[in-house]
Amino acid sequence: MTEAVATAQKREYWRWREYDWRDESLDWKRAGGISVGIDVGSVSSQAVVMCDGKLFAYSSLRTGSNSKTSAQRALEVALQETGMPREKVNYLVATGYGRVNIPFAQKAITEIACHARGANFIYGPTVKTVLDMGGQDCKAIRCDGRGKVTNFLMNDKCAAGTGRGMEVMAELLQIPIEDVGPASLSLPEEPPPVSSTCVVFAKSEALGLLRQNWSKEKVLGSFCLAMAHRTVELLSRVGVEKDFAITGGISKNIGIVKRIETKLGVEALKPSIDPQIAGALGAALFAKALYEKELSGNAKTGS
Amino acid sequence: MITAGIDGGARAIKVLILRDGKQLARSSALTGFDQQATVTQALESALQQAGVAREELQHITATGIGRKAISFADSEVTEMSADAKATVSLFPQARTVIDVGAEEGRAIRCEPDGRVKDFAVNEKCAAGAGTFVETMARTLEIKLEEAGALSLKAEKVIPMNAQCAVFAESEVVSLIHSGTAKEEIIRAVHEAMADRISAMARRVGIEREVALVGGVGRDAGFIKALAGKLGMELFVPMEPEFAGALGAALIAAERARAS
Amino acid sequence: MLANYGYKDGSGEYFIAIDTDKCNGCGACVKACPADVFEITADPFDPLAEKQVAVIKEDHRKKIKYSCALCKPTGERPPLPCTAACEPQAIAHSW
Ligand code: SF4
Ligand code: SF4
Repeated sequence: MTEAVATAQKREYWRWREYDWRDESLDWKRAGGISVGIDVGSVSSQAVVMCDGKLFAYSSLRTGSNSKTSAQRALEVALQETGMPREKVNYLVATGYGRVNIPFAQKAITEIACHARGANFIYGPTVKTVLDMGGQDCKAIRCDGRGKVTNFLMNDKCAAGTGRGMEVMAELLQIPIEDVGPASLSLPEEPPPVSSTCVVFAKSEALGLLRQNWSKEKVLGSFCLAMAHRTVELLSRVGVEKDFAITGGISKNIGIVKRIETKLGVEALKPSIDPQIAGALGAALFAKALYEKELSGNAKTGS
Repeated sequence: MITAGIDGGARAIKVLILRDGKQLARSSALTGFDQQATVTQALESALQQAGVAREELQHITATGIGRKAISFADSEVTEMSADAKATVSLFPQARTVIDVGAEEGRAIRCEPDGRVKDFAVNEKCAAGAGTFVETMARTLEIKLEEAGALSLKAEKVIPMNAQCAVFAESEVVSLIHSGTAKEEIIRAVHEAMADRISAMARRVGIEREVALVGGVGRDAGFIKALAGKLGMELFVPMEPEFAGALGAALIAAERARAS
Repeated sequence: MLANYGYKDGSGEYFIAIDTDKCNGCGACVKACPADVFEITADPFDPLAEKQVAVIKEDHRKKIKYSCALCKPTGERPPLPCTAACEPQAIAHSW
């Protein structure tokens, strides 16, 4: 029992705390179109509600074992206290890992497309490169000033360079995951990076380094450096154009972010809205566009 | 003439001593922190078994990832050359050898005299080598030696989606939670691994007959899965993990003769 | 748009890039590929576009190195069937 609790807490960092937000000053009753985006990821789910393209409410919750109920719950939590009934939603788009299992969504759209569009809203039209480092994947996206994807890649095959890889290392060294970043930066100078990319092999390498009396912090630093290096290599496939933003769970790990920035010689943008909702936000923006398209289509075919 | 082959593998050091082409002794030790010490120890134990003094060894050839660190060897040879040499000596009709060790998978096409014609390697990713099966066995809480027999008992083949040893671990955990039988899970692990190894082997252009060597050659579940993917029977030596050391010892004898 | 399908792992980078601005959705790659990795669908990464384009099927994306193994022998490499078949030259392999 205690062990289960301990693991749950250890993983907490990648699962995020649950939260919700709404703009009380906005009167949804006067909105012409209400669009919703729901992002069901492997660890967390977000719902974003927009009125005429303005951010109205959102929630971010843990994903349960079922995509459909997770999506439902996210929407309920976002709408609670707003007085808006679910029937008022004009168009709902689902995204994320669980997107195809949400029957009440009118359309499912890939995370990549939604992420770019969401980032465009959060960071503004100057953002051209988005690096999203999640718990189980890593995405590199280039987009234009309107948030349309121009070049992307998604790496979800290999645990190296994902939150899962970081977690394995933190577990091995028994350092709480949220301390990894600061601990890895607490060194007088950068250690050489671990030579194995593979998390499994890096683990054996780390054990060898500990036996050579390296401190845990030094091993961590060495691992973070290798991870940053690998991520920059991956980014170079799509190319980095300013402005540059980092989203996803790992964007909170300063040990990785700092090293990526140093390698690129570019500073990542600071978000004004929690970038965790970028996917759901993008989905809501697509929902708006698709709703308008539907309306104009009806107008043409009707009357 | 007496020669020795030393295979400094990622997981274990193997030593094999030959007299006029016949095996006198062999020994192995886990690759420890101090590789020199481990190698010396394994060599001493093989010499003792063979009843041979160190000075009687005419040539020592080292192979394996750790071969560079074996400073007292007279010469070294690549893993591919050692594998090819050993395979053709064990199975004269073999023309392709697949070697799956702890950290690397290799496929080598050989000439009738045991020279290397062509090869392909899976390296630096645990999903393409023996570590994959080992990690999954640990997650299933079964001994690696039991994996083969268990896998053969599986009634059906279930798919395995993860292509990474780390993600596959989580997949195995969720399969256990959903009540899937261990036999079926380990079978899925073997099939997934065989998929990757057979695709790699096809790159060299498989020529019959095909031999399987390396530690994973002890795993009946993997042998069956790989034979199934390739659609042919595989020749597997009694002690597949010693193929590299055998090849090195054979090459040592050739080199001793030549000098 | 350049859609990069595939991955990078410890052993290397394996990506097939499809340039959706060049791809005309003709389906020549689908017919040419012996491993059946392509399909023609509405662009999943540009939901507002009407165009049909080639994409790499989901179940090949995490093992593309192995899916393409037969077309990439260790010896001399013949032209890849997919890139040879693609008239607008929309397909590029990273390895
Ligand atoms: S390199 Fe390691 S971490 Fe990456 S896919 Fe292979 S097994 Fe997984
Ligand atoms: S290289 Fe061969 S298998 Fe790979 S996509 Fe092209 S045609 Fe298909």
